[in-house]
Amino acid sequence: MTMQDVTAPQEAPRIDQGKDEATIAAEARARHRRRRRDVLLGQVAIFVLIVAGWQIAAMTGFIDPFFFGSPAGIVLRLVDWAQHGTAYGSFWLQIWVTLEESILGFIAGVVSGIILGVLLGEIPYLAEVVGPYIKIVNALPRIVLGSIFVMWLGLGLPSKVLLAGVLVFFVVFFNAFQGVRSVDRNLISNARILGATRLQVVRHVVFPSAMSWIIASLHVALGFSIIGAIVGEFLGSQRGLGLVIATAQNTFDANGVFGAMLVIGMLALTAEWLMSVIEKRLLAWQPNNTRESNIQAL
Amino acid sequence: MTLTTNGSLAQSAGPDRSHAPGRIGGIELRNVTKRFVTPTGAAMTAIRNINLTVEPGQFCAVVGPTGCGKSTTLTLAAGLEMPSAGTVRVSGQEVTGITKGASFVFQNDALLPWKPVLDNVALGPMFKGMNKAEAKARARDWLRTVGLAGFEDHYPHQLSGGMRKRVSLAAALINEPSVLLMDEPFSALDVQTRAIMSNELLTLWDRQKPSVIFVTHDLEEAIGLADKVVVITAGPGTVKAEFDIDLPRPRGALQDIRFDKRFLELYQNIWEALREEVQQTYSRAAQASQGGRA
Repeated sequence: MTMQDVTAPQEAPRIDQGKDEATIAAEARARHRRRRRDVLLGQVAIFVLIVAGWQIAAMTGFIDPFFFGSPAGIVLRLVDWAQHGTAYGSFWLQIWVTLEESILGFIAGVVSGIILGVLLGEIPYLAEVVGPYIKIVNALPRIVLGSIFVMWLGLGLPSKVLLAGVLVFFVVFFNAFQGVRSVDRNLISNARILGATRLQVVRHVVFPSAMSWIIASLHVALGFSIIGAIVGEFLGSQRGLGLVIATAQNTFDANGVFGAMLVIGMLALTAEWLMSVIEKRLLAWQPNNTRESNIQAL
Repeated sequence: MTLTTNGSLAQSAGPDRSHAPGRIGGIELRNVTKRFVTPTGAAMTAIRNINLTVEPGQFCAVVGPTGCGKSTTLTLAAGLEMPSAGTVRVSGQEVTGITKGASFVFQNDALLPWKPVLDNVALGPMFKGMNKAEAKARARDWLRTVGLAGFEDHYPHQLSGGMRKRVSLAAALINEPSVLLMDEPFSALDVQTRAIMSNELLTLWDRQKPSVIFVTHDLEEAIGLADKVVVITAGPGTVKAEFDIDLPRPRGALQDIRFDKRFLELYQNIWEALREEVQQTYSRAAQASQGGRA
């Protein structure tokens, strides 16, 4: 058997207009770099414009810093928190508490969402029976469940984890369910003919196939886990960033609200970045053109 | 049991039924009808009263117009579907679940895109309970056999259509099937690759000699590969005619033998039988589309 037909095709010769390949490639790279730089410049410019505009407006009295805060005030507030802590323990502790609630809620929601999604996707009878009930629960504004959870589980960590978990669960569940339903029938048939048991089919074919659907839901789920934790803290807690915001709100401390918001935003961005790294690893098998392409047109 | 020699029959009746019954093979469809019922309750007959026998080690090609139930015949032989009437026997045993000792090659390769090529080929033995290392060692051997040594760690999407097809063949043959079912396996390939793959299929088939049902649209391919060509009527399909292909083996390249005198004669005869059915399917489709417009 020859390998003749399997070697990579030769790169098609380009139409060159007096330039050789290396020059063209170098120019394309330079153009690409310039573009990256311009995008970054634009992004920085917008940031400076907003922050400086805000600061100037606050200083000149164009907006009332009491209600709208100011960038400098926010930074001072954050520094104060970092140095002297809040009324209910150090600022780092508040961040950690919220983080812990989010992470636990995220894990609980993802695990239960995947298990139930795969189970219902695999067993149509179960899906038909349980389906309407899941729709009903899903139709509830789930945030209000937080009130019940705080009543049941108290002001501590469990009620926040449960709320975050519930929010995460539905996102992951629906995607896992849909993912299982849309597995290529031929792949399943083939595995069965090769001798796979039902469990092996699920493990080697159904689950990995649904995985790309599940992973797509994790970004949204991650945001929901943080929302769940913060709202839970809003509704009743003794620690956490949600409580920090609620306290700042009650004392008309606009800088405090913005400061806590900023910290939450940074947490979310970090988590998002981490998620992207994990996603890349898990979906390494996918051909590049189905993922976000990182090749810019030259 | 009507098939095969006594020796192999005794083997199949042995207590160990978890393994494919040796090298028996042989497929027999008796008066098989398959109806599908749509969720709305309408019944559709895919095939009716099919009688088809493939001897152990025989290569049987099935040709017929689009939608005549060729693929349905394969899924019945594989045990993926049960017949509405009649019996399907493989290696002398009635098919009641997934057929033991059968392998399937699909039109679109049924490779798992998230597993490297080696793991894909190793699936068969692994499902049968072989330990991972051993299964991978065998998969490696098979990849070498189909000319893909060095591509073990590639993902399917990184390979060309012809290479993916070879992986599919390796994944199907690694279980040493006594029955190989192929559903238009090469129809997605370009003409040159297709000719190469046909020759390679014959070489591989010659090593294990499983019974083969090879469904195709391509009459030349059917005659070039098979011992027997079966023509199915326009749907609901039934067997219209069978032709023994008495071209000597090894056949050599398909590109060469298709100008052989005997080949052309056979082609003429089979096409005669097939044309009518194709025309009927065509006129029916035309009528249906006209009816839809009216």
